[in-house]
Amino acid sequence: MFSFIARRLLATIPVLGVVALVVFGILHLSPGDPAALIAGDHATPQQVAAMRSKLGLDQPLWEQFGAWIWSVLHGELGISIFSNQPVTRLIGQRLEPTIALTITTTIVTVLLAVPIGVIAAWRAGTWIDRSVMSFAVLGFSFPVFVVGYLLIYVVSMTLGWLPIQGYRNLGDGFGPFLIHLVLPSLALGISFMALIARITRTSVLEVLNQDYIRTARSKGLAMWQVLLYHALPNAAVPIVTVIGVGIAVLIGGVVVTESVFAIPGLGRLVVDSILSRDYPVIQGVLLIFAGVYVGINLLIDLLYVALDPRIRY
Amino acid sequence: MTIATTATDLLRRHPSVLIGAAILCAIMVITAFAPWIATHDPMAIDPMVRLRGFSASHWLGTDALGRDVWSRAVYGGRVSLAVGLAVALFATSIGLAVGLVSGFNRVADAILMRVMDGLMAIPAILLAIALMAVARASVTTVIFAITVVEVPRVARLVRSVVLSIREQAYVEAATVVGSRFWRMLWRHVLPNTLAPVTVQATYICAAAILIESLLSFLGAGTPPEVPSWGNIMAEGRTYFQISPWLILAPGLFLATTVLAVNLMGDGLRDMLDPSIARRM
Repeated sequence: MFSFIARRLLATIPVLGVVALVVFGILHLSPGDPAALIAGDHATPQQVAAMRSKLGLDQPLWEQFGAWIWSVLHGELGISIFSNQPVTRLIGQRLEPTIALTITTTIVTVLLAVPIGVIAAWRAGTWIDRSVMSFAVLGFSFPVFVVGYLLIYVVSMTLGWLPIQGYRNLGDGFGPFLIHLVLPSLALGISFMALIARITRTSVLEVLNQDYIRTARSKGLAMWQVLLYHALPNAAVPIVTVIGVGIAVLIGGVVVTESVFAIPGLGRLVVDSILSRDYPVIQGVLLIFAGVYVGINLLIDLLYVALDPRIRY
Repeated sequence: MTIATTATDLLRRHPSVLIGAAILCAIMVITAFAPWIATHDPMAIDPMVRLRGFSASHWLGTDALGRDVWSRAVYGGRVSLAVGLAVALFATSIGLAVGLVSGFNRVADAILMRVMDGLMAIPAILLAIALMAVARASVTTVIFAITVVEVPRVARLVRSVVLSIREQAYVEAATVVGSRFWRMLWRHVLPNTLAPVTVQATYICAAAILIESLLSFLGAGTPPEVPSWGNIMAEGRTYFQISPWLILAPGLFLATTVLAVNLMGDGLRDMLDPSIARRM
């Protein structure tokens, strides 16, 4: 068990190394001169040269990469070209909304999608099942921003139930904080819900064919007890995997959701940085997101062992 | 049973392929014949009729510059479909090549799969945005960026198929009796990758259409002067509260297209791989 955790931890190092290379390479191997891009259209050749040495771009590529990795390992992500602030501070300021949005979306999704999937499996082949599956296909196809604007149009503009856009800090009170997160979480969660409802239905359906389910039924347990205590725990491994995959999809969706609902989070930060070509910030946010993704996958692999005693490493 | 009756029989049992194909064909015809189906020039500015609602002359109203939303949405489909098909084609061919190489060569496998893992660790949309940040905005760079994002998914799939086929007794037997490598590749491995790669290609097409519109919506996609669905929606953001249809109309076009492609993908998957169909 311990050696499995150690091996699994070691296996993430090459992945993170490649991520670092990709993130670094995107800026440095791109056609065109980043120094000229950053210096602007009207810069003199001297200004471009000054910018190049300021960014360290006159050093050999491998030395730049080494220096960059070294500072990243020390928690330094560089200085923003646009606002002249450390990238770590910029990221720190934008962390709360993104974390809040991700957590509420995951909670809402799991609380809604798992029961829906279980019911669809229990009532397999009926109209309930078919409508759940149709919803799943629809949920995959409706892009986050289309769902977001549809929700704003119906719930906020037509019915006037919820605020249209914006974000309130948790420090300003829990009520306003939560109210501003309802629509973004629903918009962001819709494809996630489709994914989880579908996989829950599939894996519970598979478990329901097992002998021990028949035994549980014939010893007189109610159907809800069988579903809750016998079927769901045995169907948990694929569901947890997909929740993990879904969180990765969620991270991508955060970028769009924050733009639609004017939430000042990391997603907004990276989009703004791309529009102003603020490369250190882009690199920093990409690294953070990729690190979170790798971390979640690691956690899921470790959870397998806890959830399914049959899995041994 | 002839091939034709087998095909119709399969389609009858998997109607979602037909429904998806029908919707997709309709959208393709509309966009291909855009000059005849659009009621106005998609670029024509008319300041006298800014931000109008539905009317007989402007079916879906007009945008902030008085341009006809219906005509722009019809032309916008051209970009989306072109990007979707091009990415599906490029990503599957490159991914197939990468997957075959790593399925047969251990050294190449170790290197290629680490690179693929690294690429897949960055969320798709973010990687595409980042690639667009350093490139000049054009339809070609959008296709390139989304292809880079999608290649690892095909490569992983093909690699797993190759590895499982190589284990099969009949392939080992063919190798033992001295069958040439290329012959084995052509006769045994490639035919087995065909079904999963075709299914994957449709999903990639849907994903590419989605990512293109997201990139354009965020301002990092096709150049703003090209009327793509994402661009029309991006321009509509400022005026959403006055005329929501600027965003909802192209958004529904987009969702319908992606839905059609996904339906085809699901149907094809069930048709080509009955073992998955029973489980899903």
